[in-house]
Amino acid sequence: MTAGVDLGPKAQAIGSDEDVVRVRQLVRTVAVAVKLSLVDQTKLVTAASELARNTLIYGGGGNAEVSVVDDGRRRGVRIVFADSGPGIPDLDLALTDGYTTGGGLGLGLSGARRLVDEFDIQTTVGEGTRITVTKWSR
Amino acid sequence: MALTIEESGRLAGLLAEHAERVVQRWTEVVAASLRGRLSQAELRLQVQELHRSMIEVGAEGLTDVQSERAAEVRAVLAELSRGRARQGFSATETAISIYALKDVLAELADSGDVELRDVIAFNALIDQMGLFTFETYVQTREGLIADQAEQLLELSTPVVKIWDGVVAVPLVGTLDSARAQVVMERLLQTLVDTGSPYAIIDITGVPAVDTQVAQHILKTVVAARLMGADCIISGIRPQIAQTIVALGIEFGDIATKASLADALRHVLRLTGVETARRHARREA
Repeated sequence: MTAGVDLGPKAQAIGSDEDVVRVRQLVRTVAVAVKLSLVDQTKLVTAASELARNTLIYGGGGNAEVSVVDDGRRRGVRIVFADSGPGIPDLDLALTDGYTTGGGLGLGLSGARRLVDEFDIQTTVGEGTRITVTKWSR
Repeated sequence: MALTIEESGRLAGLLAEHAERVVQRWTEVVAASLRGRLSQAELRLQVQELHRSMIEVGAEGLTDVQSERAAEVRAVLAELSRGRARQGFSATETAISIYALKDVLAELADSGDVELRDVIAFNALIDQMGLFTFETYVQTREGLIADQAEQLLELSTPVVKIWDGVVAVPLVGTLDSARAQVVMERLLQTLVDTGSPYAIIDITGVPAVDTQVAQHILKTVVAARLMGADCIISGIRPQIAQTIVALGIEFGDIATKASLADALRHVLRLTGVETARRHARREA
């Protein structure tokens, strides 16, 4: 059914727990379409789940955009999570394993970084956070 | 207010005078929109009921659908739209059952049986009725969805006894906070009820284990331990194992196994139950 999947960018608003599930399903559909391996699919879906939940809980909601990227040799999936929440004051601290302000395990952000190939985070206190992750097919 | 008392009376009179024709045409228009998914006889009964209630209330003054006097009409409308919602008809198909009356009135106006000015006034009332139907429809559907979500929560979290002193929880689907809570409650209660010292949490059916899911599982395990039961997590597939490692989640000293069978064997060994493979008897 790969031929029937539209590979254009897809956006999903994140405003509730159900939306986190929708982001996950969307990412899985695209990851399957660009033929990521099962392990990479699971890693990307898990990273998306973590970041989407962060967008919801810490960013106060936002949106995710999933797109297919191609560098000429291989294809990949790029997801951009954007919110206009309070931003992250101390990025190094936030990326430390086990540090949490929300009662979780403190592994979401740092773990998500290890689950993907490229990880970029732009944050401004008071303006919001924008995280871009990419996973390439092997 | 949609109609004046006089207009309401004229509407009731009109509906009563042309009763046979109105019911007949109304039923036909609705039947055409539903394309035979509801029997003509059933539709006719519904239309007759609505028609009758409109005449009855109309004679006294059906000025506004929300008014006290219109309770009878509202009851009939609610009944109709609840029925449609349960039978899986769309909101449009439900509203058309009411709006079809507009077509009938327009036909009556064509044949000169009703004045155009009245048709416009009556249409305002029919609009109100349609909106009321729509509202009831949405309420019914929301109720259905809430019921189903609750049922799903109940269905998807069974705790089964798989051996003397061993219970298992096969988790399937997304483990959100609400479900994690149900799972924990069920498991702890079953541990008490059956006096089981071992519980196996099987996550074969969980598509992705993120930190939230892991945290829910860990909390459940800790709670079970407080009650003196040992938990084993099974059904960890290769891709899940690699993801958990990359995320940096540690399950500590909690026993984990690849399959439910491995977990059961592990527990049986711990409890000293001997299992032996019986060789098939060979025919001489």
